[in-house]
Amino acid sequence: MGATQLPTPGINGTGLDQQSPAGGASSDPAADMIQLLGPDGKLGTDPVFSDYAKRLEPEQLRGFYADMAKVRRFDQEATALQRQGELALWVPLTGQEAAQIGSGRATQRQDYIFPTYREHGVALTRDVDLAELLKLFRGISNGGWDPTENNFHLYTLVLAAQTLHSVGYAMGIQRDQKLAEANGSNDPKAAVVAYFGDGASSEGDVHESMVFAASYNAPVVFFCQNNHWAISVPTEVQTKVPLFNRAKGYGFPGIRVDGNDVIAVHAVTEWALEHAREGRGPVLIEAYTYRVGAHTTADDPTKYRESAEETAWRGKDPLDRLEKYLRSEGFADEAFFEQVRVDGDKLAAHVRSTAQGLQGPNFRESFAGVYAEPHPLVAEELAWFEEYSAGFEGDEEEGTDN
Amino acid sequence: MTTMTIAKAINEGLRASLTNNPKSLLMGEDIGPLGGVYRVTDGLIREFGADRVVDTPLAESGIVGTAIGLALRGYRPICEIQFDGFVFPGFNQITTQLAKMHSRSGGKLTVPVVIRIPYGGGIGSIEHHSESPEALFAHTAGLRIITPSNAHDAYWMIQQAVDCTDPVIFFEPKRRYWLKGEVDTENPGPASDPFQAHVLREGSDATIVAYGPLVPVALAAAAAAEEDGHSIEVIDLRSISPIDFDTVTTSVKKTGRLIVAHEAPTFGGIGGEIAARISERAFLHLEAPVIRVGGFHMPYPVAKVEEDYLPDIDKILEALDRSLAY
Repeated sequence: MGATQLPTPGINGTGLDQQSPAGGASSDPAADMIQLLGPDGKLGTDPVFSDYAKRLEPEQLRGFYADMAKVRRFDQEATALQRQGELALWVPLTGQEAAQIGSGRATQRQDYIFPTYREHGVALTRDVDLAELLKLFRGISNGGWDPTENNFHLYTLVLAAQTLHSVGYAMGIQRDQKLAEANGSNDPKAAVVAYFGDGASSEGDVHESMVFAASYNAPVVFFCQNNHWAISVPTEVQTKVPLFNRAKGYGFPGIRVDGNDVIAVHAVTEWALEHAREGRGPVLIEAYTYRVGAHTTADDPTKYRESAEETAWRGKDPLDRLEKYLRSEGFADEAFFEQVRVDGDKLAAHVRSTAQGLQGPNFRESFAGVYAEPHPLVAEELAWFEEYSAGFEGDEEEGTDN
Repeated sequence: MTTMTIAKAINEGLRASLTNNPKSLLMGEDIGPLGGVYRVTDGLIREFGADRVVDTPLAESGIVGTAIGLALRGYRPICEIQFDGFVFPGFNQITTQLAKMHSRSGGKLTVPVVIRIPYGGGIGSIEHHSESPEALFAHTAGLRIITPSNAHDAYWMIQQAVDCTDPVIFFEPKRRYWLKGEVDTENPGPASDPFQAHVLREGSDATIVAYGPLVPVALAAAAAAEEDGHSIEVIDLRSISPIDFDTVTTSVKKTGRLIVAHEAPTFGGIGGEIAARISERAFLHLEAPVIRVGGFHMPYPVAKVEEDYLPDIDKILEALDRSLAY
């Protein structure tokens, strides 16, 4: 098993020598993959990560399930809203719930998260009101929430740009902590999680971010959700080696985890965050998962992949396997699952009503946000627009007569 | 008052910023023990340490991208891009992220990053070392762009860039790095507003607007024109975004003639923007069309012929002649 070859948290080093060579893993993804909860709902063991899984109370496991179910229900609602013309676009996450909830729940409040644009599940774990996510897709805002409130950054649409922001932020944390330690502070240590996908892994910014992170030993966890498809292009076009093996080239640990196994994802991310927070540098996690739906609501997967592939991955569903486990262990009963459904519908109703109430901003606000300090050109153009608009005052009333 | 070169003035300005603002830090290639390829950061790593004068990996997108992250954490990074022509690997981060972060967040986030870029030609160098890409950045809302032409301005403007809440591109006229001037390190005087243009020489017959490396050329052209009996006003624009159109308009209303000179190609350049604005603001005061003196529509030429490419005193005088004769 690949698990025994992983760097252990007790060793003050990368443990890279213990990692297997690149070749074997590409033919058999499972060989180098950390998995605790299999598709059959049975909990396996791992010499390093079982210790993390053992810390999880039934309450937390039920929470993972509730989170995954909620965000899946949210995803369905948002997709429906797009179909009904309430959103310009939607980016579905179905299939990736375990990767997102498992990693998001491993973060602590003081950590800072840089998502790409599909991290709705992570947003949920950071207590972002999911209705806020829709502002971006409804054309209300290019952001939508206050990133400083939940340490959850705005969605970044230019692929991989945020991986560099993550490393810079982590370099800031390093400096802050050095100062705090000098002042005798006991504040909890922080790390950054940089989310990106298998497609974005080809971007130069991912390379540069890993170079910078390694050079400065920055407390950052690179969390790559390998969902197998960058719109229509399969992962094989992005990489000839398993993505997690790229970490070796930068000199820090890389781990492939079953991205549909929320327990393993949580364990691995907790380990990686501890590693980063303790000053031992970055970690790359490749969460091996699958985008069951389309890239966006504008995409048509039937043009580039077989439905049999989707069916096979549905057999590895992250919710199904946790449900099996919770039931078999007696950790959750029917009443629990019923309550999850009710809560999901409640969330969906909240999201729907909030989204439909989201009105476009006053265009004048667009002028205000360009610069933080007064700017004569922006002021001049706003004044012109006000004057221009004033010329139409009263026209609307007349228009209704026609 | 102290006499120093522009390079030294920027060095002293950076030293002052690092001293006064504990959140400021320098990042760039070879800026540590070497002090930068132009030695602008000379000695700063000894004084402030490697956490605040950061020699980075050789990656411009990485420099700008990590600077954005540091700014989001509350820092004020000052990035050095080694040469104008090497900014483009970082162009994506500057235009899609740095420029838009404040707006994207609805004003909740600020990214006070300074990007220093030595720019312009006239140094006899190889490809990518002599360009003037300021218009590409001026076209991007969310950025501010300033460029000093003398040591006193350089000393104060770099500090003002660091203090600014918005991202600032700070273009340094590299062929003037060794130009000496008086610097008052106690009092900025007229340099208190980095976004204000300065009338460096008053005149009544025509106005020359220039910035950065061409300011001394414009002043020399004005002096030469005076010998021919023409009274020429010279404006140092200092800020390319925003542009202080009020100062330019006031001048043109007085002189009726305007020449804009920059090293960058005229097509799609700052001169065209000034010409358009001035035609809107002072059309009836113009005695002649606004004339641009600038680079040609070609990649920056090889060093052996760059003198033919660059605006110089004669080219500005020729433009003045045409304007005055119109």
